[in-house]
Amino acid sequence: MQNQDEIKRLKDVVQQLLDEAKQQGASAAEAAFSVDNGLSVSARMGDVETIEFHCDQGIGVTVYFGQQKGSASTNDVSADSLKETVKAACSIARYASPDDYAGLPDPELLATEFPDLDLNHPWAIDAEQAIAIAIECENAARFYDKAISNSEGASVNSHQGTRVFGNSLGFLQGYQSSRHSISCSVLAGTGDNMQRDYWYSVARNSALLEAAQYVGEKAAKRTLARMDARSLSTRQCPVLFAPEMASGLIGSLLGAISGSSLYRKSSFLLDSLDTQILPDFVRIHEQPLLVGGMGSASYDAEGVATKARDIVSDGILRSYILSTYSARKLGMQTTGNAGGVHNLTVESGEQDFAGMLKLLGTGLLVTELMGQGVNRVTGDYSRGASGFWVENGVIQYPVEEITIAGNLKTMLRNLVAIGTDVDLRGNIRVGSILLEQMAIAGE
Amino acid sequence: MSLSEQVKQTILAANGLLPQDIDRVMATLLSAPVDAADIYFQSSHFESWSLEGGIVKEGSHSIEHGAGVRVVSGDKTGFAYSDRIELPILLEAANNVKAIVRQGQQAQHKIQSASTWPQLYQPLNPLNSLADQDKIDLLKRVDSETRKLDSRIEEVMVSLVAAYDNVLVANQDGALLADVRPLVRMNVSVIMVENGRREQGSMGGGSRSDYSYFLENDRAMDYAREAVRQAQVNLQAVDAPAGNMTVVLGPGWPGILLHEAIGHGLEGDFNRKGTSAFSGRVGERVASDLCTVVDDGTIPGRRGSLSIDDEGTPTQNTVLIENGILKGYMQDKLNARLMGVKPTGNGRRESYAHMPMPRMTNTYMLPGQSDPEEIIRSVKKGLYARNFGGGQVDITSGKFVFSASEAYLIEDGKITRPVKGATLIGNGPDVLTKVSMVGNDMQLDSGVGTCGKEGQSVPVGVGQPTLKIDGMTVGGTSL
Repeated sequence: MQNQDEIKRLKDVVQQLLDEAKQQGASAAEAAFSVDNGLSVSARMGDVETIEFHCDQGIGVTVYFGQQKGSASTNDVSADSLKETVKAACSIARYASPDDYAGLPDPELLATEFPDLDLNHPWAIDAEQAIAIAIECENAARFYDKAISNSEGASVNSHQGTRVFGNSLGFLQGYQSSRHSISCSVLAGTGDNMQRDYWYSVARNSALLEAAQYVGEKAAKRTLARMDARSLSTRQCPVLFAPEMASGLIGSLLGAISGSSLYRKSSFLLDSLDTQILPDFVRIHEQPLLVGGMGSASYDAEGVATKARDIVSDGILRSYILSTYSARKLGMQTTGNAGGVHNLTVESGEQDFAGMLKLLGTGLLVTELMGQGVNRVTGDYSRGASGFWVENGVIQYPVEEITIAGNLKTMLRNLVAIGTDVDLRGNIRVGSILLEQMAIAGE
Repeated sequence: MSLSEQVKQTILAANGLLPQDIDRVMATLLSAPVDAADIYFQSSHFESWSLEGGIVKEGSHSIEHGAGVRVVSGDKTGFAYSDRIELPILLEAANNVKAIVRQGQQAQHKIQSASTWPQLYQPLNPLNSLADQDKIDLLKRVDSETRKLDSRIEEVMVSLVAAYDNVLVANQDGALLADVRPLVRMNVSVIMVENGRREQGSMGGGSRSDYSYFLENDRAMDYAREAVRQAQVNLQAVDAPAGNMTVVLGPGWPGILLHEAIGHGLEGDFNRKGTSAFSGRVGERVASDLCTVVDDGTIPGRRGSLSIDDEGTPTQNTVLIENGILKGYMQDKLNARLMGVKPTGNGRRESYAHMPMPRMTNTYMLPGQSDPEEIIRSVKKGLYARNFGGGQVDITSGKFVFSASEAYLIEDGKITRPVKGATLIGNGPDVLTKVSMVGNDMQLDSGVGTCGKEGQSVPVGVGQPTLKIDGMTVGGTSL
């Protein structure tokens, strides 16, 4: 469902920006206009706590004077402001140094096919209805068990937006998309023995959201499972990353093979194209045209066509993640990843979560990671963790106040298995990941 | 022209809004039985310039403005915002947010807005403080001088950003409170290579002033020298130890410990709701008697300072922990009212499009008596952590982490080998009870901190003297 009138309204503004850039002497330009409207409500302790009405818009323009580049943005879309914004971008471009690699994408790489990816499902919901769902969700959590002692509340969010992008090569496209979510966070225990956890569901179509009751109960179960957590003694052991954590691990890998890290030489995977970086059973690929996918798009942030492709197959790195600029810096061709990846998918092995626990045998299941202790240049990895101690494939007790450490290069090479328990809520689709060994520091 | 007149001109007059229009919007908000209402107007200019590969290849500029309207009734908040500062839109927003108010609630809470407060920074526009060509020249000079510092330098990245923020808070008592907030920041990162090993170093700083800050006292090159020094150290670093050990934290930026371990847990919202590990503990011992920790928004020119917060409350120096005893929390208006205490000037928001909540300003520990060298000498075996990256806390369980980016082993009272960065993890309510020595060398950080909470980012400061902690878990790989 796409409102063509709204897309047209935004296209006209983007065209004005491009025309204005030309008028002001730019040799090339690209511009974007996005509008987002939304409603967020939260309920806490059985009653509404906040109602927020969101209404955001923004335009951005990048101009080129030969190889010199400047950008500017604003949320004021009046005619005067459009002129001023282009002027600001032009002024910056005049001061910027010429950069041989700067410029628009090669015209033949721009997208020419725009399939309907079914991304737009506005949710006809008003504040009262949203509050009722939030209260239902929070009640399900609070009354799930007497041990649930407090709540941070439940929230319901509904967003719908339109985004148009165009450039001076004649590309001018737009689409609408929606995003809705239900989330809940509750506490158990009191004083210095308190725990908190949460759960959320997100979808482009509200009909595909997990039920409010389910989200609430899952938040309660996750909180209760953390009670009476202990630390571990310092040791080496295998580590199983739950799917939500596995996507972060894959995210670190993506950071290291993205063009901007590579041309800055700030990656532990420099010059690793066509080399073995993962065990030979691992395949990682991008599926940009999945119907209804959270990361679906037929073109990237520069208008370049996205395409389904392998990034890793047989454990060998087949492709970097490149924009036009980073590709030119590296002497390569863009992979349609300006702005990021689209539905990055790590192929699962055979085991579901229970099977993965059995494979882990005795070791650590990580369900939460804290801090930013990942060094992209060296691959050194050290983060705060909590989760569960597992023996013979059976969860024994919750653990917290420990760190897990290693080096991503060896962690990835020694990956043991990938589960079928895929988390579909994000742009990285991956099941739980079992690593052979990491260093655990604790009491 | 007074500051207040200047801001009214910038935000209201420029959009054709008259003082009586604000009264109409406020009257609409107050037509329901609400406790409090405010309108927050903002106009922001921002620019950034960045250099890499020896050239200034990018710059960006942005202008944003808008207004947020809010009503509060009991513990309930209705909030809407618009990027169009126009009367019909503000009236519609005011009508929408009143939906939060249900029947049978108390009437308007009386407030008295502050009328005067000290100005902690000049109301200047830092974007105009240097000609564009001079900004470029500064970046290029730092790049070329940095490359001369060490032949192993492979890449230098330098960035320069400035923000100029005008805000106007309309309160329910009819007061209009204005603030003009400049903010600048500079950062230098280097990548260094030796024998195939690659390491980075990074340093930056900033303040609520203009670009001349980086030209004074050779600050720009100080950042560069420090970034190079860190990369040099990292090239020598061996695997970090794993396990529980004595940790000595250096002065200044390692104060991020205080921000994560206790600061967030002492924000009023979490304590009003009882979700913090520090809830209900005012008057109790939460640190050794060597520790006095404050949140001080009143230090002139600091990145975390504000003359007034985003609710129009003048900032203050709030004692959080005094000689180890928990004294109080950081409050915005809503949580202060519900807890029966005074606001502390900690009501902050990322922008007009975000709701205010209790946030830190500059959080630091006061100096103690010990000579820093004496502190190192007292440690038989441990870790000296001098620089840190970011951190994170779970305010409910109290568990927090922060990541060392420069650390050394301490062996027999001496700093010996540098070790690789490692995450340190601890428990907020008891980490400060293990502080056994506090240095006399209190330092504030260089002005780079950004704090995230519930998706909102605000600039903050931290600081501390050298601290000795008897037992923290260090997340290295060397068992």
